[in-house]
Amino acid sequence: MSEENITINNQLIIETSPQIKSTQTTAKIMWTVVIALLPAGVWGVFVFGFKSLIVLLVTIAASVVTEYMLNLVFKRKTLFDGSAVLTGLLIGFNMPPSVPLFIPVIASVFAIAIVKWSFGGLGGNWMNPALAGRVFVFFSWTSGMNSWKTPSALSTMPDALSTATPLGLFKTGMIDYTGGTVSTSDFLQNTGYTVSAFAESVSGFFQQSLGVVLKPLNIDLFVGNSSGCIGEVSALLLLLGAAILLYKKIITWHIPVAYLGSFALLTWIFGGIPYEFGYFSGEIWFNLFSGGLILGAFYMATDMVTSPITGKGMIYFGIGVGFLTFLLRFFGSLPEGVSLAIILMNIFVPLIDRYIKPKVFGKANKKGVVK
Amino acid sequence: MLKIRSFKKGGIHPHGRKSLSETVQILGLPKPATVIIPMSQHLGAPAIVCVSKGDVVTAGQKIGSGESFISADIHSSVCGTVKDIKSIVLANGIETNAVIIETDDLPENQIEFTDIDIELINNFTQQELLKIIKDSGIVGMGGAAFPAHVKFNIPKGKKAKYLVINGVECEPYLTADHRLMLEHTDEILKGVSLISKIINAEQVIIGIEANKMNAALKIEKLIAEKGLPFIVQPLKVRYPQGDEKQLLKATIGKEVPSGGLPIEIGAVVSNVGTAFAIFEAVTKKKPLIERVVTVTGDAVKNPGNFRTVVGTPIKILIEAAGGFKEEPVKMVAGGPMMGFAFFDLEAPVTKGTSGILALTKDNLDYTSETACISCGKCVMVCPMGLQPTRLYKFIENSKFSDAMALNLMDCKECGCCSFSCPAKIPLVHGFKYGKKMARKK
Repeated sequence: MSEENITINNQLIIETSPQIKSTQTTAKIMWTVVIALLPAGVWGVFVFGFKSLIVLLVTIAASVVTEYMLNLVFKRKTLFDGSAVLTGLLIGFNMPPSVPLFIPVIASVFAIAIVKWSFGGLGGNWMNPALAGRVFVFFSWTSGMNSWKTPSALSTMPDALSTATPLGLFKTGMIDYTGGTVSTSDFLQNTGYTVSAFAESVSGFFQQSLGVVLKPLNIDLFVGNSSGCIGEVSALLLLLGAAILLYKKIITWHIPVAYLGSFALLTWIFGGIPYEFGYFSGEIWFNLFSGGLILGAFYMATDMVTSPITGKGMIYFGIGVGFLTFLLRFFGSLPEGVSLAIILMNIFVPLIDRYIKPKVFGKANKKGVVK
Repeated sequence: MLKIRSFKKGGIHPHGRKSLSETVQILGLPKPATVIIPMSQHLGAPAIVCVSKGDVVTAGQKIGSGESFISADIHSSVCGTVKDIKSIVLANGIETNAVIIETDDLPENQIEFTDIDIELINNFTQQELLKIIKDSGIVGMGGAAFPAHVKFNIPKGKKAKYLVINGVECEPYLTADHRLMLEHTDEILKGVSLISKIINAEQVIIGIEANKMNAALKIEKLIAEKGLPFIVQPLKVRYPQGDEKQLLKATIGKEVPSGGLPIEIGAVVSNVGTAFAIFEAVTKKKPLIERVVTVTGDAVKNPGNFRTVVGTPIKILIEAAGGFKEEPVKMVAGGPMMGFAFFDLEAPVTKGTSGILALTKDNLDYTSETACISCGKCVMVCPMGLQPTRLYKFIENSKFSDAMALNLMDCKECGCCSFSCPAKIPLVHGFKYGKKMARKK
């Protein structure tokens, strides 16, 4: 009756609704996070030299090879979902530049095999694999994990000073300090710690043209001219990558804001207490931009598998991490505290998800009213 | 025009794809040589066949009688002879009895439904109007196909303060309601007036999404010209706003209690297509035997909107749209979010068929299922405030009572969770299964 083509030769797909789905996949999420991390990684290699590139490649290779072996064991195909590469990259980011290479290998194998696959692979782990790998080697090979390197911009500084992280330098130096209230940058400067010429000129520019006082030390920390782990030093480039993740809706604001906010608030109020400087004397910017806090807040605490599923839960989680980071950094014996704080809060995630539930549409609230 | 509003929690923005057919005028199709009229085209009990093989029937004649409380009458959509009464499978997978009628094309058999005197309409009482709606077999045209006479019969002790007219059409691809609002504005408004009279509504709100502003403006203009007491409420484009619960939240700001009906917050929701059908039933004595169907999708040559009789085999609609320009990989009856995938092009159009989609491989660009990474996306998009990932894990482990405790029954299968899941987990499929198993217990 008609010439229209209405024949179908192939088999039609029959499945339950919805009949269309978004194009977002787990693999795309993982690879996007990898891309978002790249600028900070390139910066790390730029300031710490070729050796740090080797560290990054070793952690990625070790993670991917471990993933491949476990794929063979469990007969799964997860090699290309990007999660092993991401875990490897994050472990590399959390390694000091001069670390002996066996340490990142052990960290990667531990992260993938023990932390991830012994719980069933991606999605089954209850602790962030990269962080657990880092913490494991940190407590096992303490000196190897403190092999810092002078960033290229500060190469005029004496090695004894520049090869310690600013946080570590401040914390150890303050133990014997009795000179009364002093700012971190003044204290570090008194010990001989210098800042980059770049930071000096930026600070000078802001002071002259806008009348805003920006401490050169904080500018160095923000840009990434300080010693530290390979990927954690440049807050600026990490924030740039985080902006991509927020724009692509891969992370939400809840965890970073709750984490950084609670940490900054606690630091401001109580950060001076360990040094007997009194309340409301903690230094917010120095603490926010040092010790891997930005990397932790945007890339590690936000790990989907090991963070709560509800927005409200994420806020509680973020506050918990902020509180623990504050506690470990100011009252613990180690200078940083980010990794431990996050994996400690990972333990509480199932509990948070069990008790923090969204309000169900049309259910009465506590007052018995349906809005 | 009022400020644009929307519901608060959850929801998604799937690619609309409405431009394929939104500018194509509704085209009336000739009656097909054979129609297949199923007895189950509505929510509730199937109608009982009341003709026999060999009977001669006329268009509009009752051939199935809805005898239960929640059921609807079925009418012949053509003049012709009953060839067979047999069991068929509909595009939505329901197996039902159907009356097969061979159309008799003789001119004397063509029934013209003529307008009745407008004065007469004003004299109808509420009960008389309800009876006309019941006898015309009118059901909700938005998709669920709930019998209209049951919905509009307000239970004793309840009051329908608001009548909210659903012109949202939030499903991607579909444009049938949009075209109807543009081309039959006057008829729809008259239908709305009739519904308002039946339920005694104090306030009438017509909700329309902002991607159909031309329709909203046209309706608003006509309302002003006629001095009708209706409000047009523009809504932000967001799925599933066409669901009555989200629509009520967006328009009157109230939540329908869990497990309850809109009348519990003093509201009745009705689709623009239903209003049009009621107009035709009352003014032309024409039962629900026709509807507008959007035939679209990237595999269709000339996507469009067609007015066709109930019982038309789907393949005739595909032919009307120029056939396939590319072989489809999935055929869908209804919208892509809540519609049903089907394979039998002989299946008939029913009262609730809002669209026929032919999707290509490019439309279904997603991978197979991977492990849940607890990203929480499903929780974020659930408009009902549920936790799909946790529900699914309970159902996977046959813990149906745990799933019930997490409000499984509040899930309305809108598909926001499955749509958004990066691991492509068939969450809605799991919930349909879980509800079935939980009800068994």
